[in-house]
Order: sequence, then C-alpha cells, then structure tokens
Amino acid sequence: MQDFKYSRAKSLADAQSTLKGAAEGKYLAGGQTLLPVLKQRLASPSDLIDLAGIADLAGIKAGAQSITIGAMTRHADVAASADVRRLIPALAELAGGIGDPHVRNRGTLGGSVANNDPAADYPAAVLGLGATVKTDRRSIAADNFFDGLFTTKLAEGEIITAIEFPRPNRAGYVKFPHPASRYCLVAVMVSEGPQGVRVAVTGAGQQGVFRVSAIEAALAKSFTVKAIEGIKIADGDMMSDMHAGAEYRAHLVGVLARRAVAKALAGTSN
Amino acid sequence: MPRIAFTVNGKAGTAEVPDNQLLSSLLRDTLRLTGTHIGCDTSQCGACTVHVDGRSVKSCTMLAVQADGAEITTIEGLANGDTLHPMQAAFRTHHGLQCGFCTPGMVMAAVAFAEKNPSPTEDEVRRSLEGNLCRCTGYQNIVDAVITGAKAMASARS
Repeated sequence: MQDFKYSRAKSLADAQSTLKGAAEGKYLAGGQTLLPVLKQRLASPSDLIDLAGIADLAGIKAGAQSITIGAMTRHADVAASADVRRLIPALAELAGGIGDPHVRNRGTLGGSVANNDPAADYPAAVLGLGATVKTDRRSIAADNFFDGLFTTKLAEGEIITAIEFPRPNRAGYVKFPHPASRYCLVAVMVSEGPQGVRVAVTGAGQQGVFRVSAIEAALAKSFTVKAIEGIKIADGDMMSDMHAGAEYRAHLVGVLARRAVAKALAGTSN
Repeated sequence: MPRIAFTVNGKAGTAEVPDNQLLSSLLRDTLRLTGTHIGCDTSQCGACTVHVDGRSVKSCTMLAVQADGAEITTIEGLANGDTLHPMQAAFRTHHGLQCGFCTPGMVMAAVAFAEKNPSPTEDEVRRSLEGNLCRCTGYQNIVDAVITGAKAMASARS
C-alpha cells in the first residue's frame, strides 16, 4: 500500500481544516472504493481524513414526509432499518443489494453518492426518489447534484452530511447486477411521489445516472406497465463494454423500467 | 506511528501501526494470526473476512488504524480449545472445502450470516456468500455446510 498520512477528524470543522492544510487530502468514508483505488494507485493522496469519528454523521431519522439518512450510515444499516423498510421499501432493497454483505457493513451512503460511480446503486435512489443532498454548507436537489462520471457539484472540501429522501406513494427498484462485481450493469428506480413520477437509470449512461423523460411522461398519465410498453430507448448515450453493448443496455432500461413499475404497483400498500 | 488498542479473539492488545497498514497485515504480519488469508487483495474474494465489532468485513479493505478500540474475531477465535465451532464442524461434516484457501473467509462470513439467520434457505445462503469466492468452485458443499452450521448454531444458543 502506498504511503499517506491518516487522521481521524473530530468534527466537520476539523476535517475541513486538515484538508486545507494537506498537500492533496481526501476524505475517507467507508473506504470500500477508496482503499481499493489506492491499492491500484489510481489515486495518491498525501492525506486521508477519516470522517468516521464525527458525531451525528450516521443515523436514520424518519419524519412525516421524508427519511433523512446520515452520510456515514452503512449500507447494511439502511437495508435493515425498520423505518426505511416501512416507508421506502425500494430504498431498503437497493441498499441490501449493494456489493456483498462485507462491503455493506463498511460502505456508506455519503461515500457512494460523493463518488458517483456510473454503475453504483445509490445515485439511482437519490435521483429517482428526488432526494436532497445536505452538505456542511447547503442543500442540493438531486437534479442539480450529479455532474457526469465520478463527478458531482460538491465544491472542494465540501462534505455531505445527510441525504433526505421524500417518502414516495410508491416506488420500485430493479437491478441487473454484473455477475462478478455486483455493480449495476443497468438498474432502474421508478417512483411516484410529491415530485410526480421520476425514473432514474444507473449503470447504463455514458455520463452516469440519468432520468428518462419519455417513460416519466407516460407513467404520469397512467402508472401502469402497459403505459410504457412501446417506448424505445435510444442507445446513443449508453455505455458499451465487453459485458454489454449500448444497444443491449438501452433494451434493458425498458425491460427493467417495466419490472420496476410492476414492483412499485405490487408494493402500493407500503 | 499511531498506537492502537483492540481486542482480538477475546484478548486485549496494542500495536504501533503505520498509517497505511491494512487490518489484514496487522493480523497476519504483526500478530501472526495467519488463519486470515489474503486471496486477491482487491476486495473481491473475501478470503480475508474477519469480524469487527460483530460485523463481517474484508480485512484487506480496512486500515489497521481504523480498528482502534475495536473487538476483532478471526478464524483462530472460533473454536473452544479442541472443540470446533458448530460452523467449523459443519464444514468438516459436509467437506465444505477443496483446497481450503477460501475456507477461513467462508466460515467467518457464514458465522456472521447465521447469527442473524438461524434457519436460512439455500437461496439465502448463496446470496450471503456473494462476497466470498471459491476458485475450486466447491460451492455446493459449502452451501450445505452453512445450512447445517446455521441450525447447529441456533440449537447451541437455545
């Protein structure tokens, strides 16, 4: 493992000032992406600033209209949360399907969302449920947060503190996992809630997570599987690699969106 | 160098750890607990799985310094003297191994899973082992072992 200086921040202010003083500092959340990236020498920060010791960054608070999840909350805790399972079961299911059990015991919501891997699960939840990203300095709506591959609108040194998910009337998430990595080859979150119908796709887009307006418009008229049966998804902006071509990914978007709608309808009582 | 304190397999310990030392290296190189195996070192194979504060983690994907204050259990901490842990016994009964390299991680993953799932289905067991690879592809006996071991753990508790 390459060399770096480790420090454990006691507060948000402490984390920020350590980052400012570092030649090239990086925040460390759950480390399930960052540590493998360091081993591969794809990044070489001078300093790692661990956020795990900061009080109040982990935890789940259920309100009347939304659930707020602390940035350092581990995937396993979101998946197991009685509140999340009751109020947004699609989100609990999504969290319970990330990586594998050991990764879910360490990986965090904030870490995943800040990293914005184009094949990660959580960006689909944030965008597809119309969540709000809370940071140490502002609130950012999901539609204004993601900014292309591994890029977000977070400023230098800005720290995600929590994410607020509005409670949908219904939602469904369906993932076609890559058989080896468990990342999303394609995955779709469909929801109908306070912000209308939202359909977000991860794993497929060349620019990362995106919404599908044609499917959203059809579902807004009629929230049924039938309403989106004829919709063709263009493959021009889809990723293409040895695992799945652009055309296949575009096809999967339609298939998984229909399955997600069916799931959302089946779970309406939630 | 940071000095950390921890408990490993019930024994309190301290160590000076370089900032960039991985937990897997602390266990194997410093504490000589070589039952924890390093298979891929890329967070995929799960051979290095140990329990940190009761949760299964990949010890190659956690810094040793992050284990400050933690309670760690490795494969060496499961048996009680000469008496195998029920999950270890089930792996032996079902011959849940071929070359045996992945076995420590498999057993640690299975124990963490079975503590929450006393009577799992085959499908649940297979999903619980998504983070553990057996390059011999000896999965069938491993799955049988975990089902038996989970039941044995549940009856040992009751």
